[in-house]
Parts: sequence; structure tokens; C-alpha cells
Amino acid sequence: MSQTKTFSLDGRTIPFEEGETIMEAAAAAGVYIPHLCHHPEFKPHGSCKLCTVNIGGRLGAACTNRAAEGMQVESETEAINADRLALTQMLFVEGNHICPSCEKSGNCQLQAVAYHLGMLTPHFTHFYPSRDVDASHPDVLLERNRCILCELCVRASRDVDGKNVFGIGGRGIKARLIVNSASGRLADTDLSVTDRAAEVCPTGAIIRKRHGFTVPIGHRLYDRRDIAEAPVAGMEGPKRG
Amino acid sequence: MSKQDVCDLPGIVARWQHDSANLVQILRDIQESCGTIPSDTLDQLAKLLGVPRVRIEATASFYAFFHAESHGAYEVLFSDNIVDHMAGKEDLKQYFCERLWLEPKKLSEDGLVYVDDTADIGLADQAPAMLVNGLAIASLDKARLDLVAELIRAKKPLDEWPPMLFEIPDHVRKAGPLTGEAFVPGAALRAMIARGTEATLAEVEAANLRGRGGAGFKTATKWASCRKAEGTAHYVVCNADEGEPGTFKDRVLLASHADLVFEGMTACARVIGAKQGFLYLRGEYRNLLERLKSVLAGRREAGLLGQNILGEAGFDFDIEIHLGAGAYICGEESALIESLEGKPGKPRNRPPFPDRCGYRNQPTVVNNVETFACAARIVERGGAWFAAIGTPQSTGTKLVSISGDCQRPGVYEYPFGVAVQQILIDCGAEDAHAVQVSGPSGTCISFREFDRRIAFEDLATAGAFMVFSRRRDMFEVARNFTHFFAHESCGFCTPCRVGTSLLKHTMDKLAAGKGSAYDMNEMKKIMHVLRGTAHCGLGHTAANPVVHTMEKFPDAYERRLKRLDFEPAFDLDGALATARLITGRDDEWAHIADEP
Amino acid sequence: MAEAKKLRVATCSLAGCFGCHMSLLDIDEKLFELVKHIEFDRSPLTDIKTCGPCDIGIVEGGVCNAENVHVLKAFRKNCRILVALGACAITGGIPSWRNNVDLWDCFQEVYHYGIGLEKGQVPNDPELPLPFDKVHPINEVVRVDYFLPGCPPPADAIWKFLTDLAAGREPKLDYEMLHYD
Repeated sequence: MSQTKTFSLDGRTIPFEEGETIMEAAAAAGVYIPHLCHHPEFKPHGSCKLCTVNIGGRLGAACTNRAAEGMQVESETEAINADRLALTQMLFVEGNHICPSCEKSGNCQLQAVAYHLGMLTPHFTHFYPSRDVDASHPDVLLERNRCILCELCVRASRDVDGKNVFGIGGRGIKARLIVNSASGRLADTDLSVTDRAAEVCPTGAIIRKRHGFTVPIGHRLYDRRDIAEAPVAGMEGPKRG
Repeated sequence: MSKQDVCDLPGIVARWQHDSANLVQILRDIQESCGTIPSDTLDQLAKLLGVPRVRIEATASFYAFFHAESHGAYEVLFSDNIVDHMAGKEDLKQYFCERLWLEPKKLSEDGLVYVDDTADIGLADQAPAMLVNGLAIASLDKARLDLVAELIRAKKPLDEWPPMLFEIPDHVRKAGPLTGEAFVPGAALRAMIARGTEATLAEVEAANLRGRGGAGFKTATKWASCRKAEGTAHYVVCNADEGEPGTFKDRVLLASHADLVFEGMTACARVIGAKQGFLYLRGEYRNLLERLKSVLAGRREAGLLGQNILGEAGFDFDIEIHLGAGAYICGEESALIESLEGKPGKPRNRPPFPDRCGYRNQPTVVNNVETFACAARIVERGGAWFAAIGTPQSTGTKLVSISGDCQRPGVYEYPFGVAVQQILIDCGAEDAHAVQVSGPSGTCISFREFDRRIAFEDLATAGAFMVFSRRRDMFEVARNFTHFFAHESCGFCTPCRVGTSLLKHTMDKLAAGKGSAYDMNEMKKIMHVLRGTAHCGLGHTAANPVVHTMEKFPDAYERRLKRLDFEPAFDLDGALATARLITGRDDEWAHIADEP
Repeated sequence: MAEAKKLRVATCSLAGCFGCHMSLLDIDEKLFELVKHIEFDRSPLTDIKTCGPCDIGIVEGGVCNAENVHVLKAFRKNCRILVALGACAITGGIPSWRNNVDLWDCFQEVYHYGIGLEKGQVPNDPELPLPFDKVHPINEVVRVDYFLPGCPPPADAIWKFLTDLAAGREPKLDYEMLHYD
């Protein structure tokens, strides 16, 4: 066995195994780096850019950059958190995120990251896009107003469920979640409510029908606990050291 | 080129080996022969190719040139670069629409013709320009548009239109080793075989050739790294997706010096051990396709492509041409590879870089058209010859595509190190006030900086050089570029997807005379996020036009500000217009007066 | 808190449900403490109809019609500090659900096709506030100094926020006080 390799994250020494990303190593050491499109079960994606860190003077996504011996990484700086806040605000104004009427509220990672960053206002001018809601499926609601294009459902359906139910169509600000059917309806895909893709959404874009508002306000996942301390199930990763 | 009603789907799919990696090419052929890519075609393709429909739809809906709804028998797209605007594009478009009794972005009532804008089509020296069913027509004026309108009204198939309409002169105003000296096909390959592969790579190294796409990475380093990388196959890709507005030198190289480019690719193939090469040609250069195919055919006949090139056992290499479909982002090398693989052109996460993991995840060299042309000359004449031209850090010549306010727009081949001032004299730009070097993603320099030089160590450039005279409004220049980036953002990462649109909206707000100092600060904030966190070069540089013009031409912004403090994000009175219409009200309370 | 001059506070509800005002009243017995430090100008609590010069203006609700703009602008003009209170003022909130419904369809539904309507007619009375195409948060119309989110913001959050302001501190919310619903 060779000696454990380490890098520095905000002055803390983080051990890592060869090939691990900064995000993976940090999670294993119990250090939270804000993220939305990252999920430990899936291939790194690097699109939300919330996990941007300073890697030896250069900014990069912690979820796609590999840890290297002696690397100096900064995450919790005022400047980086200001960028993260701006990115989160961009995600809010880009869609139609009306938390008071959302079933996912309190358990939503977009909201939780915004709380973590102390977001008081979405700040930027709202786009108020016109997006389709698809309630055709008997068990799953597709609420595109809340989609942040993280592609977790795309990856889950393709890589875990082996179904390719979801994809991203269009480009730029017109990019949108599309489904694998000629009609464009979720009901005409082979999505099942037990699919990984049906429950991996970090926001309320893909939700189980008839399961909303089951937990009272105050008792939901992020009501009293910061996402940094209360990561969603399966996100903790093996703790080391 | 005339569109048929029936589309031979199985034939097209067979032509592309039933390979879903060729999806962009398959969709192009469907679009070209049917005029649209209807929804049911996607289902048929999914069956024929054995891939999920959702993946086909993702690709079909990504590229600007693909559309599900009919654009009629004639699709007319006006190039929308600022240089086209300066040459009267908007008036001419309106004139053309009036001639044909139609509105832009709306299929004519008889289903015959559709008019819209498209991003710069690589003819800035011959602006304004347009594409008719994908074929370029340059130097538009009323007379030419009259002719086009007549031909459309007469429903004449495009291949019966007068060929002179489609003539695109090269406009090489200052020639050099790439553009002005004869090249005997095979000369470089013969020199290579005589010298040996290792020694040839050493010559490219000695030449200190750096990538001509703008980034300036050392070509020999890239080739050597790819050569060393392990894989089941190696690939050579020529990036001819010359999408940066104001650039057109690759078009000229491909139109008149394609042998040089293909020879450079073949030499690279020999170095890295590739059997297969691709020329990724931007869709806007569709008119070059037949000519390039015949050059390739000629090279196969001459033993310069195919099996055992020049009689060398095992020197096997061939080149296939892939066409883009209207996506600037595909000029980014990893997005280009995604496109070659039939996917939406979204940049990959790097590292790994293509030299290790490129096309089909195999080691791949991606170089610009001009880089391969330079490489061919170096292989032919030696590295020392090349290194003697230009400056120590920037060796060789650079093709500059000059357009805008000057008397002699066109392609100029300069040794690196030439001063902007010299270029302006040569092209007859007497009243130059600003120059956009290397296109919207490059640098805007003001008249105070005309002593700067074209070189990697000063003004790095992919080749665009747009000249603006004193009478031009630099705010409008930046606004045009901001619209361009918002249109071309792939949408993958948050900052670019949202930030480019926010910038666009803010610039439009200022243009409408509704801006404030608050908006200026907002733009600075967005710029900062884009530069720091975007996924690729498009996002990093998307705010450059605004940053540079704000800094160098602050008056252009300040005179537009309505007030210093704050102005509403939307037009208050305008947002009541619909309700006024519905209620029929026009009283005092049905309006929100503009405050003085 | 020091025995300083009382802060003058105005409040209003634009496109909102008055829920944020209810939450303000929910600070219960602390109201007695609060009124030692503040006095109300225009507010549904005082029934004063126009906003005079104030230290703090608190706005609930988004901007959905022309009248909202006039009220909001008067608040901005008269209040040294302007606060957006609650989800609607900050994002448009529930009323912004209508942003993707065409205004023509809205009017048709309300005045022509709604249950119990016969020979309905779109009113054109100048006294009726004319609606915008879309509902907007107030920071898209005027400059806003502070945002206090929630639907409604919890009474404790409002109390903390106001006492911080009154004491001249930069208002800061604890984690549990910050939520968007």
C-alpha cells in the first residue's frame, strides 16, 4: 500500500484515492460543497456549476475535476459563494419556482441550497417561461416549470433503469426536458413509478402523484437542518477518517 | 438541391452505414431532401438506427438548421452579423419581404418561401449575404434580390438559377505561403516519407507551429501526445466549423487551397497513426461540398489518400466530410466531436482532452483548417523555414479576415507580429475607430491601441478583423454580439444558458432607452459569473463584447441611460397594452406615465 | 433598545393575500414592545390611505396592475428603507401562476364564461385597476433594500428583522427563519 494521498480544501487536509474527484473526496471526508447536478451514484455531469471551487488559482467544478496530490482547493470563500448565490438565483428566475404551492417544498435541494447560501431574493429579472406540465402518467407528474436541467433523470433512466425515458431537447435558454414518446407525453413512455428516474429529481419537476404535502411544515428535511448537515439520502458517501 | 416530397429514409440511413454516430449527417440529408424533419421521421429513424427516439429528438432539436415545420420550397436566411447590418441588411431584408409579400419568420401563404435571420455565414467581406436552401449568395443588393425574388416566384429549381448568383470570389488581397504560392499535391507527403515520421514531427516542433483556431496550443505537442496515447484507433479531425462572426479565411483556404489542408491532415495521420480523418465543415459552407469531394477523389486517384499512400505499405488514410447544421458551439473541439458522434454539440468535461479521448473515445487530433495548411507547408519546406517567419513566440503567417468599414475587405496573409495600424492602412480603413479582433469572443480595441500587434503574445486571433469607423455605434456592435451568444449558447451550464439571455435582455433594455446605472452594474456582475464559472470558452467570453465596449467606449452606454438610479425591468405602460385593448380603456388610469 | 425617536413604518399589500400582515400580527404580545419603537403611517392597521415620509416601508404582494405601481412608487418615494415582505413581493408568488395564461383568456373566463354569468361584459370603469400582462415581484419595478421571504414569513422572522432594523443592526435571519413557503 502506498501512502495516502491528500490535497488541501480550505486549509483542511483531505485524503483521496486515485481517480476520485474533489467532490467525491470531500464528501467522503464529510465536507459539503454545494451542488445540484451531482449525485454520487451517477457519472459526473458538471452542468449546474454550483460546486465551482478555486483549484490552485483557477476556477473549476469540484464534481468533474480530479483530486491531485498537494492540490490547493478553496471552496468556502466569499467570492465563490457570491458566484454560487448568483447561479442559484439564475436557476430560480429561469424557471417558475413557486415554492408555496410546490409539493417538494421543504425537501427540495434547489431550495435547500438557496437556504444554505442565504438567498433572500432571486434578484435577477424573472423569465416567467411558458412550460408544459405533463400529468398524463398515472403515477408521476412532470412539472417542467421546476426543471433545472440537471439531467439526473436522464442519467438515471439511461444508466440505471435502462429505459431512456428522458432527454434534453432544444438549446440555450430554450433547452427543455423531453420524453421518449412520439406524442411527447410521459404516459406514452415506459416510465414506472418505481424507476430510479422517477425519484431522483432534486426539485419538484418529477414527483409521485398523491404523495404531496405529507409531512407538516417544520418537520421536512430542510426545515431545520442545513443541506450541509442534512444531505439527502444516499448522498453522504462513505465517511473516512 | 430541389426539395422532393418523398424522402428515401432507408436509403439515407444506408448511405451512412446505419450508424447512429452519423445522425447529424442523416438528419441533414433528410432535411435537404424533404425540407423538414417531421416528427414521425424521428420514430422511423429510431427503429432504423436502433436508438431511443428521445436521443434523436435531442439532436434534431439542437441544431438551428433542423426544423419539424415546413419552411416552404425556398428557405431564405439573411446573415445577421453586425457587418451585414452595416451593409444595409435590415433594409434589404424588408425590401425582399415586401417584394414577395411576406413576413419574416412566417411561411408565405402559398407555402413557397420562408425568410429569417441566421448567425454570420462566413461572408463578412461580401456582406450582406444570405443562404437560400443552404447555399450562399453574397454581395446582396436590390438588383440581386429582385432576381432571387423572380426566380422564387417562377418556382425555378435552385440548380437552374444563374450560377453567377452563387459565385463567391476569394478576395485574397495579400498573399503568402498559404494563399499565394503554388502547391504540388503530394509534395509534403513525399518529403515526409523521405524524412521519416519522427523527423517530420521534429520539424513541426522546430517550426513552433501553434493552433490557428485562436487558443494557440502547440501543434507538435498535441500530435506527439495523441501519437503516444493508447487506443483501438486514432483519428484526425479538421475543424472547419468557422463560426466566429467576421471570420472567413478557412472558407478561402478550402475553396482554393484544399489540397494543402488535406495534405496537412494526411501528414498528421501518418504521425499519430490514424486511418480515418474527418473534415467537419460548417453547414453554412454547404456550397463547398462538391468541390471538396472532388479534391478528395482526385487525391485518392493520385495515391495521396486510401490504401498504401504513395506506395508506402501500411500508410492508409482517408477523409470523410461531415457537415454541421447551424451551431457555433461546434467550433469548440469537444462539442465538434459530440456532433461528429451524432449528438447535440455540447462541450465535454475536460480533461481528458481529445488527444487522449476524442472521437468514439479514442485518441484524436483536432486542428483548425489553417493549422493543417501550415503543417503541410512545414512538412514540405521544413521547420526552420517556418520559424523564420513572424515572431519567436508566434511563428509563420496568419490569415486575417478583414471586413467592415474599409475599402478592400478580404483575406490578408501577414507574418505574425504585424501592427493593427499597418493592416488598417493596407485594407484602406481611413476612418477606423475600433477593431473587433478575433470576432465577438475576441478583443475589441479602440483607436488608442492601433499600435498593438497580431501575435499570441499580444492580440491572439482566430482571424476575424472587423473594422468600425467613427460613425458606428459601438453599443449596437456589442448588442449584436450579445444576441449572437444568447442564440448560440448550448444551454448545458447554468451561467451561460441563463447569463447570456440576461445580458441580451439588459442590452435590449438599454437600447430601448430604459436603462440605468443599476443595469450596468448588473451586467458587470453577470460577466463576472460567466467568466468564472461557465463550462467552456463560449461562456467565458460571451460577456467580452460588453466588457470591452463599456470600458473603451463608455459614452456609447452613458448616453443611453435614462437615469442613474433605477429603471423598472419591464416597460410598465407597454405591459398594460393588452388590458387596454381588452377593456377598450384609454383613460388616465389606464396608463403609467413615464416619469421625467 | 434606546429611547430614540420612534421609527415611522408604512405597510401595504399589493397582489398578495394579507397573509404577511397576519403574520406580522402573529408576533402577539411582542406587538406591545414593538409599538414602543415604531409608529404606523399608511397601513391596513391604521387605515391611513396615503403614505407620508417614513423610515421603513413594508410591501406585501407582487405587482399585478397599474394601481400597484402607483402605491409602490409612493412607498419608494416616501420610505427611506423599502422592504419586500413575503414570497409574492419577492418572486410574484402564487398570483404569478397566471403569468402563463393569456390575459384575453383570463378576462373571458372571469367575465364571459364563469359560472353564473350571463351576457357578461368586460368592465371599462376607470376606477378598476388595469392588470398587467404578467405579475412581477416589486424589485422589478422599484429599487428594494431588504427582502424577507416566506409564505408568510414567520412572525419570529418579522420580529427579528424589525428589531434588528430598529436597533440599527444589519438584519440577519437564523436558518429556521428563512424559508420560501
